[in-house]
Amino acid sequence: MNLWLIPLFPLVGFLLNGLFGRRLTKPVINAIAIGSVAASFAYVLWLVSSLYPISNSHTDTYFTWIQSGALRIGFDLTIDRLTAVMLLIVTGVGLLIHTYAIGYMEHEQGYYRFFSYLNLFMFFMLLLVLASNFLLLFVGWEGVGLCSYLLIGFYYLEDFANNAGTKAFVVNRIGDFGFLLGMLLLVVHFHTLDFGQLATAMSSLPVEAGLGVLTVITLLLFVGATGKSAQFPLYVWLPDAMAGPTPVSALIHAATMVTAGVYMIARASFLYNHTPIALNVVALIGIFTAVFAATIGLTQNDIKKVFAYSTVSQLGYMFLGLGVGAYSTGIFHLMTHAFFKALLFLGAGSVIHGLSGEQDLRHMGGLRKFMPITCWTLLIASLAISGIPPFSGFYSKDAILLAAHQHAPWMYWVGVITAGMTAFYVFRAFFLAFFGQYRGHHHPHESPIVMTLPLIVLAALSAAGGFLSVPNWLAPMFPHAEAENTTLALVSAATGAVGILLAYLMYVAKPALADAAATSSGPLYQLTTHKYYVDELYGAVIVRPLEQFSRSVLWKGVDSKVIDGAVDGGGRRFRGVGGILRQMQSGTIRNYATWVMAGSLFILIVLGLTGGAR
Amino acid sequence: MDTILFIIFAVIAIVCGLSLVLQKHPISSALSLIGVMGSLAVLYWLLGAEFLAAAQLIVYAGAVMVLFVFVIMLLNAGSEKASRKSWFAQIAGLPLIMAFVAVMSFLIVAYLPPSRLVEFGNFAQGTARQIGVALFTEYLLPFEMTSVLILIAIVGAVVLARKEID
Amino acid sequence: MHHVPLSWYLILSVILFALGVAGFVYRKSIITVFMSIELMLNAVNLTFVTFSYQLKQVDGQIFAFFVMVVAAAEAAVGLAIILTVLRNRATLQVDEVDSMKL
Repeated sequence: MNLWLIPLFPLVGFLLNGLFGRRLTKPVINAIAIGSVAASFAYVLWLVSSLYPISNSHTDTYFTWIQSGALRIGFDLTIDRLTAVMLLIVTGVGLLIHTYAIGYMEHEQGYYRFFSYLNLFMFFMLLLVLASNFLLLFVGWEGVGLCSYLLIGFYYLEDFANNAGTKAFVVNRIGDFGFLLGMLLLVVHFHTLDFGQLATAMSSLPVEAGLGVLTVITLLLFVGATGKSAQFPLYVWLPDAMAGPTPVSALIHAATMVTAGVYMIARASFLYNHTPIALNVVALIGIFTAVFAATIGLTQNDIKKVFAYSTVSQLGYMFLGLGVGAYSTGIFHLMTHAFFKALLFLGAGSVIHGLSGEQDLRHMGGLRKFMPITCWTLLIASLAISGIPPFSGFYSKDAILLAAHQHAPWMYWVGVITAGMTAFYVFRAFFLAFFGQYRGHHHPHESPIVMTLPLIVLAALSAAGGFLSVPNWLAPMFPHAEAENTTLALVSAATGAVGILLAYLMYVAKPALADAAATSSGPLYQLTTHKYYVDELYGAVIVRPLEQFSRSVLWKGVDSKVIDGAVDGGGRRFRGVGGILRQMQSGTIRNYATWVMAGSLFILIVLGLTGGAR
Repeated sequence: MDTILFIIFAVIAIVCGLSLVLQKHPISSALSLIGVMGSLAVLYWLLGAEFLAAAQLIVYAGAVMVLFVFVIMLLNAGSEKASRKSWFAQIAGLPLIMAFVAVMSFLIVAYLPPSRLVEFGNFAQGTARQIGVALFTEYLLPFEMTSVLILIAIVGAVVLARKEID
Repeated sequence: MHHVPLSWYLILSVILFALGVAGFVYRKSIITVFMSIELMLNAVNLTFVTFSYQLKQVDGQIFAFFVMVVAAAEAAVGLAIILTVLRNRATLQVDEVDSMKL
């Protein structure tokens, strides 16, 4: 059913805008960029509605990409229920963000470049989601990493942006190394990377109790997911990635790219169901990251950084959901998170745009008078992320927490505390920005309709999205006993409310309390504000020794002395030998005659010895 | 009798050869060479090659060497000066030559039956008649070719040695 | 002894040839070098005549005859070349005519 059309439209948009964008006018660039994504979205809608209810997966095989011995990797695209959810999220939210970006990037340099990169990103992300084998997924995986680098470093004249882009790419690469090793092990053991074939192969294998090959494979794949989805310890690139334009932060680092890791693990559920140890690791890393990032988010002053750490924390929730075996809850939270986190970022972008670039919360305040639409939409998003019913976040987060409680009650309690922290820091940001007196020096104004319309749409989705019950939709693929426990649900909602009230108290009612709390907790406050010094730790332990090693050993030692020495030395040796041989050609006849004598003498001796004189 | 003659003229030949190599002035070397050629003519006669002996004296000693002496006088070639350039020849030349002589002598003595003696008289070939017959029947073509060769040599010598007409 | 062993002629020829080579290698004037070449040719002639006697064939002497003719022609041309060299290089030292070197 022509699945190739879905990624094709953005690819065409990328090519047109990339090659000819310099000469096109802004309306044309907009039309190409938005039009391609809209075409993809429309096609996805039509496809899903025509295939509804997609009882089994449909695969389009196009051509054989690699054929090597027993291994055949084809360029195959698959659509099933999971893919359908992801496709709708990617193209739908992507369309909204593209629209928003028209307004946000209005006055920026490199307008066409931005939209061509954004379209390229859509192409790779759609390829990732539609792929029917690991290698094609990896192509999309790497491609979105590339686009992330290009877009983070969009303001390439800033050193900070370039460094952030490189950091994102390098940290991703570390994760990708694990991913690659996992894939290679799969090839060695199963001679295929196709999802369908692997699932059939797995169905005949028992569940692995200990640390066997399958566990190693799934752990390695998870390393890749850790890098791409910014989990501990490879999360350090995401806060720095806020150097890119805000639509990029919304699309790539909230709604779609970072969720690729979650999608991949859900897609590989047939592997993970056989390796309980790996699943445990996933859940543990997820819950730890959730708490860790939430504590850092409590004390950040840059509005985008608060939301970045919030993303890391919410991704931790998704991995928690996957790790306790409730894959569909992770995907459910992925969807609702896409709605409210994209909204949060776009709203932050609207604030930043209205303040002509100000990002520090301490210089905002009282903005609800100037930007009402932004204020109300952000309120809805904040309520959703805090898990307050009946907004969407409540349903998805609740599903995860209940599943966690079934698996291990302590995870539930930690998750609830984190939810409370989430509510606190989000509303801290909200109150600091929209309440109180305006503390800055700019002239705040509301954003144009092209920016506020996506905000309104996303707000509606954040509010009502919880009723799109993804776990039910995905039940045929991921069977899971739905837990219904109203007490626990109420507890988590209540904790969220407590967080909101605390934030109100500290930042609206009695602002002095905030500073008092900061000074009284002294060292703890320092620790969280400086992100636990993790970046500094990595710098000292990993980056600097590597750099030293590269410079002194590899560059000066191996490259200069060994390699250059061998090559130059070989050349010098030849020159030396040539120099010696050259002296035979001295030009004097007497030397030549002597050589002739020597030669004839030699022949005579040989002849005499072999009796040839006869 | 022939033994004594052989020894005398062999010694003369060697002495003249040594003098050719060791003398400083080219004229002295030229005169030594004439001496060598003369003694070689006697040796040819001792081997029965009468015609060749005569030809050696007439052509070689009489024409070629005169030409040499002529050119030496013309060029006013003086004594030689020392040179630093060909150290290899200086160092390796003598040992190589000695080795050459040794090896060749060894080979000759080893492979030639010692009973072979040169008897003066009873020569089977060597008279002018015999050489003439061989030259004009069997070796007619080389004979004619050498005449052409001499012509070429004359032309070449004239061309090379004439003065440029400005 | 009454008769001379053949090998003596040959050894004499070797000695003369070696002397010619020595002259060629050690003398510095072109003319002297040329004369050493003539000496070498003569030594070879002696070998030819010796073997002509041994094999009782006249071909050795014919060959020696031709060597003589060629040597004469070569002497003529060679001396002309020496004249040219003298005109162009103003030297008769062999070591100084060494342009064809690397």
